[in-house]
Amino acid sequence: MIRPDPVCSDKKLPALSTFCVFSFQESNTSSVQAVRCVLKLTMKLIILNDYDQASEWAAKYIRNKILLFRPGPSRYFTLGLPTGSTPLGCYKKLIEYYKNGEISFQYVKTFNMDEYVGLPRDHPESYHSFMWNNFFKHIDIKAENAHILDGNVADLQAECEAFEEKITAAGGIELFVGGIGPDGHIAFNEPGSSLVSRTRVKTLAKDTIMANARFFDGDLSKVPTMALTVGVGTVMDAKEVMILITGAHKAFALYKAIEEGVNHMWTVSAFQQHRQTVFVCDEDATLELRVKTVKYFKGMMHVHNKLVESLPQEPKKN
Amino acid sequence: MPSNGSVSDAPITQFINCRILRDHKLQREDLWVREGRILDPEKLFFDELGYADERVDCEGSIIAPGFIDVQINGGYGIDFSRVSEDVSGGVSFVAKKILEHGVTSFCPTLVTSPAAIYHKVLPQVKVHNGGQHGAGVLGFHLEGPFISAEKKGAHPEQYLRTFRSGGVQDLTEVYGSLDNVAVVTLAPELANSQSVVRELSQRGITVSLGHSVANLSQAEEAVQHGASFITHLFNAMLPFHHRDPGIVGLLTSDQVPAGRTVYYGMIADGIHTNPAALRIAHRAHPSGLVLVTDAITAMGLPPGHHTLGQQVIEIQGLHAYVAGTKTLSGSIATMDMCVRHFKQASDLVLLDDALNVKATFISGEEVWRKEP
Repeated sequence: MIRPDPVCSDKKLPALSTFCVFSFQESNTSSVQAVRCVLKLTMKLIILNDYDQASEWAAKYIRNKILLFRPGPSRYFTLGLPTGSTPLGCYKKLIEYYKNGEISFQYVKTFNMDEYVGLPRDHPESYHSFMWNNFFKHIDIKAENAHILDGNVADLQAECEAFEEKITAAGGIELFVGGIGPDGHIAFNEPGSSLVSRTRVKTLAKDTIMANARFFDGDLSKVPTMALTVGVGTVMDAKEVMILITGAHKAFALYKAIEEGVNHMWTVSAFQQHRQTVFVCDEDATLELRVKTVKYFKGMMHVHNKLVESLPQEPKKN
Repeated sequence: MPSNGSVSDAPITQFINCRILRDHKLQREDLWVREGRILDPEKLFFDELGYADERVDCEGSIIAPGFIDVQINGGYGIDFSRVSEDVSGGVSFVAKKILEHGVTSFCPTLVTSPAAIYHKVLPQVKVHNGGQHGAGVLGFHLEGPFISAEKKGAHPEQYLRTFRSGGVQDLTEVYGSLDNVAVVTLAPELANSQSVVRELSQRGITVSLGHSVANLSQAEEAVQHGASFITHLFNAMLPFHHRDPGIVGLLTSDQVPAGRTVYYGMIADGIHTNPAALRIAHRAHPSGLVLVTDAITAMGLPPGHHTLGQQVIEIQGLHAYVAGTKTLSGSIATMDMCVRHFKQASDLVLLDDALNVKATFISGEEVWRKEP
């Protein structure tokens, strides 16, 4: 039996007022049905103890999404992907699931969020190199299905427009995975970016350049100053969005993103208005949230964990 | 599945479950090869949208570049310095056998011999690539006869020569054609050697200093004229002295022209040089070290008497002496033994953790595999 939970009407959680919780008697539902029911919910804040558990939860969620979609030669699963240190653990886990035979990326199309402008593609810090070394080379994705913006073309604007067209041609993005910057940005949509922006060239904020300097021998002059990035609007178009946030240095941004209002200075806050967003974080990232928020969502974990349970074995399709 | 063909349609081989030697470290990485060249897989993925046609499982082995032996006098009963009916057949025989030691290219070495031998032997073996038939021949290494009488080692004294006709002319007189020659070892203190060093270097032939009593300045002068190698460091040269380091001093000399490196061959068979001396050389100049076997006819053969050029050699265990003396005469260590002994450091070799050779590949094609 399904009935709405009274918490829904609590006025002290304004930012969460758009979502409802369905609780149900677990003994009557299989995990697959539970997944389908919970899928109808909106924002979910998933809180795990540490980085490794958060990475694993996120990876299992992605794995299950792909498996339930049943991708095939005429039905590709479209996945938006991030770079940076936050998703590394998630990528490692996904590689593990591929090696175990749990999942294949043969019928998955990926679209990365961003890439530096003017950095040679084979530079060790380019996002092409990152994706190759940390993900693509370990799995069975087809090269023609891995899309990353090219920051070295002559006409950057045309490249951005073409990228949007590729996404449309692929049928839109099923699940867009992203991270959050300490300044609350998603991809390179720095504070002040339009919340309806599309893929475009952006000049990087000073904070971002300084944060990236550690990958360029600490030399600020070596860090690229421009990047191509998907827009906030581009990510909002995805059917579902998953944001990974780990570490105490991201805590304030998470607070601004979900406990304050929608604001272009904290672009991740735009996802309060998305139909289906999951925030996956560790304890440290919740340090700036209200105790009430944290307790509430932790209390939901037994429900949310059904989303990452192993799915019943199906005969493998080729 | 092949690539979009934008660069090549040739099949691509991917070596998986291996450790490769890269940036002076062993790293867990796959190795990609196409048409005998190592590929950058990232470039292959993004530019050509390509991936492997064939996968070779290395079962955790180490993949190393194939070994190159620049000083090997023969082996398995074959003596490169001895004229036989079938010189090139002898070289090919050894070339095939040394694949077992992970050697994929080598320089057949001739010790001091009469002019007639050089004139007969040199034209018979051409520089060529390796393959299923055996390791590639890079060219001859002519060790002598323009060397010092005092440091002749196992070389026959009656055939030693000086540059009495001025230099270059002596080369032609003694060797004949230099077309298939890769390395020449000579003693730089011999008069008129500078013009010879220059001439050989200009022709692209490596000049190596060895079997010599040169002091450091003479050696440095030779390097400035183009010499770039030292033949079996420590052996057949003046010992290191703190007021005149001799040829050994080249390892840390500041007279070496900018942008050039002096390389030195070392026989790491545990007999020719004390391990401490090996380590001193390595620590002084690690990037110049080249392991050589200086293997002789008897390599691969049982103990007893054998010939080396015009001399008779006696094998006792792992030692090879000039018969009736205690003068060392080449070694019978194999290249992989030298590598193991030194514990260091397309044409590929698959090694296990103890550095035993498991399989040898030339241009990505398997040319030898150890029986299980």
